[in-house]
Amino acid sequence: MNSVMSSAVPAAPAAAAQSPVVPARGRFSRFVRRSHEQGRLVVQPRMGFADTAAMRRGLEAVRAVHGASVGTVTVDSYTRVNDHDSARRALERGDDLNGYPVVAHGMEETGRLLRGVAGEDFPVQFRHGSALPRDLFSALARVGADATEGGPVSYCLPYSRVPLPQATAAWAECCRVLADQEGTVHLESFGGCMLGQLCPPSLLIALSILEGMFFREHGLRSISVSYAQQTSPEQDLEALAALRRLAAELLGDVDWHVVLYTYMGVFPRTPLGAYRMLEDSVRLAVRSGTERLIVKTAVEAYRIPTIEENVDALEFAAAVAVDERSQAPAGQPVPRTGIYEEALALITSTLSFGDDVGSALVGAFARGHLDVPYCLHQDNANRSRAAIDPAGTLRWSDPGAMPVTASGGYGRGPVTARSLLDMLGYNERRFDSEVLVGAAMRGLL
Amino acid sequence: MWNLVFLQLLLEERGGEVVNLGACVPDDLILAECRKHRPDALVVSTVNGHGHLDGLRLIEKIRSDAELADVRVVIGGKLGIRGSENARFGAELVAAGFDAAFEAEAGLAEFDNFLGTLEEGSVRELAVTGTGV
Repeated sequence: MNSVMSSAVPAAPAAAAQSPVVPARGRFSRFVRRSHEQGRLVVQPRMGFADTAAMRRGLEAVRAVHGASVGTVTVDSYTRVNDHDSARRALERGDDLNGYPVVAHGMEETGRLLRGVAGEDFPVQFRHGSALPRDLFSALARVGADATEGGPVSYCLPYSRVPLPQATAAWAECCRVLADQEGTVHLESFGGCMLGQLCPPSLLIALSILEGMFFREHGLRSISVSYAQQTSPEQDLEALAALRRLAAELLGDVDWHVVLYTYMGVFPRTPLGAYRMLEDSVRLAVRSGTERLIVKTAVEAYRIPTIEENVDALEFAAAVAVDERSQAPAGQPVPRTGIYEEALALITSTLSFGDDVGSALVGAFARGHLDVPYCLHQDNANRSRAAIDPAGTLRWSDPGAMPVTASGGYGRGPVTARSLLDMLGYNERRFDSEVLVGAAMRGLL
Repeated sequence: MWNLVFLQLLLEERGGEVVNLGACVPDDLILAECRKHRPDALVVSTVNGHGHLDGLRLIEKIRSDAELADVRVVIGGKLGIRGSENARFGAELVAAGFDAAFEAEAGLAEFDNFLGTLEEGSVRELAVTGTGV
């Protein structure tokens, strides 16, 4: 049994965390770099409202947060699939949308949304989820957006039916649209979040770095790579150290930073459980030297949060970051179980599948050398399987055709509806159990 | 947990044969697949909060198609962006032609009951589909 974190390789101190060497470019990255140098974690919501006035109030409220905050405009689902007519119809009828329809609102309206609120001390990122974001990126370039995000794989496989070769070609063109702007537009890879949960760290890291390399290949010079909190703080700490090391090694000639996402899977349902989950992600961000954190709120399991709920989560996160920094001894040991080596092997083997990063990604997925577990997209092999071991570590139970090894014997049996549900709800149970079990016990006493 | 992989496993374990259409399926593809497979039930998962809009559009098309007017169609997930207030959307969706609408996690237990009502042995083939992101 090799499911214990304290393995054969000695732990390394975190103090050696890699940092970017190229000067920060553009408002977004300059703000992140400046905050990091001041010892402040940048916090960011996942906020989007259909109505311009509500969206504007949201941006102003985030700007006023006590802490280093950047703004978010999350784009609605119709715009993500280029169904701008449905977005326009919903606006006309006053129907609820799950975000701000940039293209349907148009350039002038979106420009008005940003004017006077976005600035050197408050850059704004547009977040979307589109596999074919040409309309969106053209609009963003014209309104002078500071930053956006996604990637040819991370916004194709989980959320679309677009063939991967088509998404890759579209993203190459879209990167050019941003790169050709006079001002720097920052682009973040969403590769560290694939499906939100049950994707082991090495693959998240490999995909985020590969998408970062793809962005660079297509002219972007200010890039962030991402990672989403999973099920084990120790494993996540090792993963973030590996991500920084690989970014320094493979993206060292561009401006880069790391963004961490508070858990993107099934979220705790109690307010206390949700805040504890958020707290864990903040402490992880500070300990790992991460520059930026995208938070979740106490109502995440139920609905789209209000402006106030977003502000509460951001201020809580900023306060926990200050607390963590004041008490964290430098050089907390980072486990070394081989995440860096596994991610590097995935990146290296992928790059052998093509002459450029885009064709290498397409080739690697076509042959199952990259294979996202539980992902139904037609261009994903969907042969690999991951499982959470009893210590909470996320492991490959079956790596499919990927050049990585399955761990121990845990999780080898077939996945059932019940076992999948158990794994999907792992963090929900972990963080809610204190409240729920405690309440039940009080009833007995 | 209106996760498409979970739903497929659940239906298979109950003896169903499942055609999983995946995420972000255009309406026309859903209709074409239903005509091709003639499923005993079509299960629509929606998790982005647009279910009340996309579901209405879809069911209108299905019910006005002579071949599919009788197919059993249910929808579940986050039907709107308003949390517990989403309940009202369920009634709208049923009025528009869904056989049942299930809101969020509580709805999963009801969905399980619904599966029990499908006559034993008749559950031959079920199509599962997700709407937008």
